[in-house]
Amino acid sequence: MPLLDVENLRTYFHTRNGIVRAVDGVSFSVEKGETLGIVGESGSGKSVCVYSLLGLIPSPPGRIESGAAHFDGSDLLRCTPEELRAVRGKRISMIFQDPMTALNPYMTIGDQVTEPLRVHEGCPKMEARTRAIEMLQSVGIVDGAERLRDYPHQFSGGMRQRVMIAMALIGGPELLIADEPTTALDVTVQAQILDLINNLQQSLGMAVILITHDLGVIASTCDRVLVMYAGRFLESATVHDLFQTPRHPYTEALMASRPSAHAKGETLYTIPGLPPDLSTEIAGCPFAERCRHAVDGCRECELTLEDVAPGHQSACLRVQAGEL
Amino acid sequence: MSEYLLELKNLKTHFPVRVGTLFERTVGTVKAVDGVSLGVPEGEVLGLVGESGCGKSTLARTVLGLVPATSGTVLFEGRDLRTLLSHELRALRPRLQMVFQDPYASLNPRMTVFDTIAEPLAVHTTVSRRERAGRVGELMERVGLARRLMKKYPHEFSGGQRQRIAIARALALNPRLIIADEPVSALDVSVQAQILNLIAELSREMGLTLLLISHDLAVVKHLSHRIGVMYLGKIVELGDAEDVFHRPLHPYTQALIRAIPSTDPGRARPAGLLHGDPPSPMNPPSGCPFHPRCPVAAPECATTPQPLLDAEPTRQVACWKAKTP
Repeated sequence: MPLLDVENLRTYFHTRNGIVRAVDGVSFSVEKGETLGIVGESGSGKSVCVYSLLGLIPSPPGRIESGAAHFDGSDLLRCTPEELRAVRGKRISMIFQDPMTALNPYMTIGDQVTEPLRVHEGCPKMEARTRAIEMLQSVGIVDGAERLRDYPHQFSGGMRQRVMIAMALIGGPELLIADEPTTALDVTVQAQILDLINNLQQSLGMAVILITHDLGVIASTCDRVLVMYAGRFLESATVHDLFQTPRHPYTEALMASRPSAHAKGETLYTIPGLPPDLSTEIAGCPFAERCRHAVDGCRECELTLEDVAPGHQSACLRVQAGEL
Repeated sequence: MSEYLLELKNLKTHFPVRVGTLFERTVGTVKAVDGVSLGVPEGEVLGLVGESGCGKSTLARTVLGLVPATSGTVLFEGRDLRTLLSHELRALRPRLQMVFQDPYASLNPRMTVFDTIAEPLAVHTTVSRRERAGRVGELMERVGLARRLMKKYPHEFSGGQRQRIAIARALALNPRLIIADEPVSALDVSVQAQILNLIAELSREMGLTLLLISHDLAVVKHLSHRIGVMYLGKIVELGDAEDVFHRPLHPYTQALIRAIPSTDPGRARPAGLLHGDPPSPMNPPSGCPFHPRCPVAAPECATTPQPLLDAEPTRQVACWKAKTP
């Protein structure tokens, strides 16, 4: 049985300019101990998708229209706020993109790292302190004892991200959601943080959902990948299969447009057009307008992920029909 | 006349760090650019890479005179920009343009596309308003925007289209040198490819000299003839793009290239990741600024500064190890 099982999640934003279908009917599951990557460009709905699970969507304008998210026998989307609070930060925790805005500038690192322990376990102060020092050590802050009294601005970007990871992991979560955890960091620091997340995951045995726009980050950290576009999943595969044999034209186009996929000076492959406007209803495949393989049928079909190889699903009609 | 269109000689830009409001005192100096010398010949695309805080943007701004240099010379067309009088500098400005990182912040939201692109024409030329419309239309088509969008405002465009507007504005006065500071890092991969193609095409067809600044080595390698790698205000390696990327000599460049996440999932994560963060430019390490993080540092690295020296005919490296491999 999967750790988390999401079915047909729809999150819409009811704005003055119409209904924005940010997440439009996605289903996925996360097994214990695995790393699931969700990759997509900005506006594809990858963050909204996981924010919905934890009740972090501002409402109004956001509304979860349908779906279920089974986590250990309860449906996260139908929990009361109290029930959700007992899960959030304890059994499922989250790290955010920008560690400077996600940490409270008025609270010391010690107070922030021990907060989950005090809130969820009513842990005594001294014990919480000891556990915080241990946790900081395991994320690579060796002088944790002295730094507990420091404030976030006294840390560098990479160190702040380590503090946020310590804060997320101190309660021993079963699932960690990392939303673009390294996008704000430099490449040498990014490599350290990805390494750290991988190591901690193995030693703690937790599952991770990693959200990113960077295919390189996906390749070096994930077991399984979901490709998201215009609020839907277009492809689901193991990381190996996705990079070796992508089975959706969007995934292929995304990979082909990276500079590193080209010889120097060669004209880069570009995807024509723009992502669709999510405030109008999209019939059929949302990528059809920009797809070089699109046929008339693509604009009418019902979009579903179907097996095209063992463990490999694609939402492309023509791939499913064996034409591509 | 110098053989370079742009030449920097021992350029330094230091910022004093002041504390206190009433009794202000200087407590230190951030050496954002600390002794950079390089030459860019006409028609070359020179890429500058480095992590945040290494001084690459300050370098760009110093060249344009947007921040005053502390010492050194900036020679453009053989004339030292730092000694020019303000009206002489103004006369030179049309030939020296910049494209900024964030197309959401660099365009005035209250100006239409026409006003934005025509402004340099109005300031620096005597082109009449009617002729300006024709010129703006040409520029828009040059960067891949339809002429009819002229009366629209920036908020009506996507990020990639805005960056095209910013590029058209920079091209309006037929500049000789364009400095592009992270021109694609605010854009998505698929849009990034479009803008990179546009920049490559323009630099090729118009013979532009381009100083391209980015933290993304793949982007820089794709467009540049030569690459300079910066660390804490200094250039640590400078050479042909292919050589620097495939055969890096400085340990920092090697680490930087190793840290790029590989898109080949079969390959294991490489060993030899750097430890720690880049040090603060306010209090840089003695000797070679990279020595605290350097995997091959020797005791003398902490005491002896490493000048940028020729390691090969077309490559300079600031590391004694690179000369005695």
